[in-house]
Amino acid sequence: MTTKLFGAKVPRVEDQRFLRGQGRYVDDLLTDDPRLLHAAVLRSPHAHARIVDIDVSDVLDLDGVVAVWTWDDLTGPMAEPLPLLIPHPTLTHGRTQYALARDEVNYVGEAIAFVVAVDRYVAEDAVARIRVDYEHLEPVVGIDAARAARRTVHDDVPDNVGARMEQENGDARAAIAAAPHTLTLDLDIERSACTPMEGRGTVARWDPDTSRLTVWSSTQTSTGVRGCVAAKLELDLAKVDVITPDVGGGFGVKVVHPWPEELLVPLAAKTLGRPVKYTEDRREHFISSAHERAQQHHVEVGFDDDGRVLGLDVEFWHDHGAYTPYGLIVPIITSTQLLGPYKPQNYRVAFESLYTNTVIVTPYRGAGRPQGCFVMERTMDAIAAYLGKDRTEVRSTNFIQPDEFPYEHGLVFQDGRELTYDSGDYPASLAKLKELVGWDEFEEFRAEMAAQGRKVGIGLACYVEGTGVGPYEGAHVHIETSGKVKVATGLTTQGQGHQTAFAQIVADTLGVRFEDVEITTGDTRKMPYAVGTFASRAAVMSGSAIHLAALRAKEKALRIAAEALEASEDDLEIADGVVSVKGTDASIDLGTVAVLSNPLRYAFDEASKAATQFSVGDPGKPPVAEDDEPGLEGKDFYSPPRSTFANGMHAVIVETDPDTAEITILKYAVVHDCGHLINPMIVEGQIHGGVAQGVGGALYERMAYDESGQLLNASFMDFLMPYVTEVPTSIDIDHLETPSPLNPLGIKGAGEAGVIPSAAVFAAAIEDAEGFPITAMPISPSELFELRLAHADEPHPTSPSLGS
Amino acid sequence: MSAPTPEELHDVRLHVNGSVHEVHVPARRLLSDALRHDCGLTGTHVGCEHGVCGACTVLVDGRPVRSCLMLAVSAVDSEITTVEGLTEADGSLSPVQQAFSDCHGLQCGFCTPGFLTAITAGLEENPDPTEDEAREMVAGNLCRCTGYQNIVKSVLRAAEIQAEAGQERS
Repeated sequence: MTTKLFGAKVPRVEDQRFLRGQGRYVDDLLTDDPRLLHAAVLRSPHAHARIVDIDVSDVLDLDGVVAVWTWDDLTGPMAEPLPLLIPHPTLTHGRTQYALARDEVNYVGEAIAFVVAVDRYVAEDAVARIRVDYEHLEPVVGIDAARAARRTVHDDVPDNVGARMEQENGDARAAIAAAPHTLTLDLDIERSACTPMEGRGTVARWDPDTSRLTVWSSTQTSTGVRGCVAAKLELDLAKVDVITPDVGGGFGVKVVHPWPEELLVPLAAKTLGRPVKYTEDRREHFISSAHERAQQHHVEVGFDDDGRVLGLDVEFWHDHGAYTPYGLIVPIITSTQLLGPYKPQNYRVAFESLYTNTVIVTPYRGAGRPQGCFVMERTMDAIAAYLGKDRTEVRSTNFIQPDEFPYEHGLVFQDGRELTYDSGDYPASLAKLKELVGWDEFEEFRAEMAAQGRKVGIGLACYVEGTGVGPYEGAHVHIETSGKVKVATGLTTQGQGHQTAFAQIVADTLGVRFEDVEITTGDTRKMPYAVGTFASRAAVMSGSAIHLAALRAKEKALRIAAEALEASEDDLEIADGVVSVKGTDASIDLGTVAVLSNPLRYAFDEASKAATQFSVGDPGKPPVAEDDEPGLEGKDFYSPPRSTFANGMHAVIVETDPDTAEITILKYAVVHDCGHLINPMIVEGQIHGGVAQGVGGALYERMAYDESGQLLNASFMDFLMPYVTEVPTSIDIDHLETPSPLNPLGIKGAGEAGVIPSAAVFAAAIEDAEGFPITAMPISPSELFELRLAHADEPHPTSPSLGS
Repeated sequence: MSAPTPEELHDVRLHVNGSVHEVHVPARRLLSDALRHDCGLTGTHVGCEHGVCGACTVLVDGRPVRSCLMLAVSAVDSEITTVEGLTEADGSLSPVQQAFSDCHGLQCGFCTPGFLTAITAGLEENPDPTEDEAREMVAGNLCRCTGYQNIVKSVLRAAEIQAEAGQERS
């Protein structure tokens, strides 16, 4: 019997090529093609300006330059603005940029001209020779400036407001007015960004013999890119293939499409009849990809003596940058996922999504949830401080209880579906977390440390994460006559180990050897119907689709094998790729079943001889029955009614240096519930990475824009992404496995979990150490030092809010 | 603006992973680009081009060097080892490579070649690192996926594999 692989720490098959330097990332492709051309982009040095004139006359003199494009050279759909990918009725003033700026630039880094040359060095030389005459406009930088609206980013968008949205369940303001206690909090989060180690990149090749375009892109959605390229270049979809090769990290930014270069590279390849490559450099990634996180929040909460929230009213302001290609997904997620594991009796949320002359804002791992979690958890801590209660007790009072699932919040989630949690056990998670971090013993530890003149604090934060959003994913499973199983699913992979985790599912479902399964992702030639890899959805969506497709293949295999073995299907089992009649020696290889599934006219090897017309079939019947198809295949799609909701809780113990205000992590604990785990090793890796990204976001990373809209820290020298020296030396992880009833495997997503509660949990721990409220994140030692000075005269600075 | 004079090209002989590559490059060609584009050794990755991330780390005469901060023309007389050259002669993984597989020390794999080369050199210098020394050994390389937990474990595991192999040989 085959060992069950679902749930096992199976080593990753993709590691072999990565460890040998044989991965194939987009910049590795076509390197030995002498016809390959390279592109570079002229980007705006100004945050806000009108383009008066662009002079490219010096460019073509340069040896090795092949072509240059500005907006004037674009025609048809290419000359129109880029698509607004996710429209929403409340996004009344959505704006997107042009592939190349038309007559105005709205952020430093916006693409203006596109140069193609024999190599990247020459292309960059050429870019430096383009002369642009600008008329400077005053930029809008930061949320305060956007809200003040003394000037606007777009002339036709009054007050910089792209959207205003409100949702309410119950009557929050009335409930707060009637509540025994109320508090008010103002909470800010700054900008950060995904910064995958590999930036964006696209290669395209036009084949004049077949009139086909092949595009390789470092994207989180091959099918999305394909649709956009076909539409913009006015090609039939059937003429465009998009392949996502190995991707050096995504974290959200690569789900945005089409990037200007993702269209300009194919356009250049088709126009010039030569393959073209564009690879983003690090500075370009900072100033021309996407950022996230910046929001200001105002909270009013009413609660009773136990800390039970009776009414919660949140208004927030979301900085979406210069354009809105990804719609309102981030602020909608904040507004709904803010609720976490709690059930405020009445909830109202309203936000404004605002334009600024800065890089666009689109989902970054967590996608609005870290901000929502920060708001809710700071509120819970404030209530506990106000009532003098233990912070875990206030949370327990507000938890949705295990017997209350499915739990309806009465709101609409980011996928347009009802916000309804499928399952969870929050009290059990909290109990595990308290145990793991030593919550109840902390006061002893604090006293011990205080005796040594050391200052420590503990914090916790809880979150619920909608994972596995629709609309769907599909899979195709093909059993070859060799017995090898080839599986295709359309979403892409950027480090999650899909080739391993999905093969585990196939091996179990079909009863084949893990080694015989090969998974392909992100190739529109193999699976043209797909959505993409984001929102912790790959395991849930493609994992389920692959399971269903494998079941279909299995069903057919059993039907054919039953005929061949003259047995009942019910008496058959499949293990290690062999179908056998239970309790007998009668058996047939799946490869042979595949041979039998496909009646042949021509024999090309020993196996196929067995399937030719003089060998098989009833001469009185059609070789392929009316309701059947040749081949041993299974194809299916998984489309859930709504998202699954994973959850987790983090706790951290920090030490703050009494003199330097340096913040050191002493212990980090995670309790995580993503339903059944396919591969616990991979899930823990995802948590480790998320926690590190969260540490960066809470303590180090920010986008330092000056008042003129220049990003001052657009390099890895100045943007402080954590090295090993900044992350916790260990992360204690405990799992709870509350299965989702929404999919056949009972799984929920895990990709974003590690990063969601970071700002909240660090703010809580630092506040606990220092005794004054922490209301803005990230926080640096110098900011903490300033706060100490500001609070130096307060007698009992424990309550983090104003209150009444 | 007048047209600049065409760039002078230099014949450069690079010794990489025991093979000789004759390349014809301008003086400004980075070693990282020469390895990737002229020698076809795309295992060396470029993550920042300003010497901070360490993804492009290769061994130059056994010492870890950021190949984005070195010109190809200045690597002429050196013996260069890239990630492709770490694998054993029989095609099996080196102790460091094997340790990364054992410990799930990589996710997207983009930064991995730089870690592998840096650790290979580090263990040469210190074959039996403590956990702190292991952390120190990788403290100059950035990874956005793993949170470094399993990379530190991989360093310790690699030292263990090397020690076991050494015992078998002696």
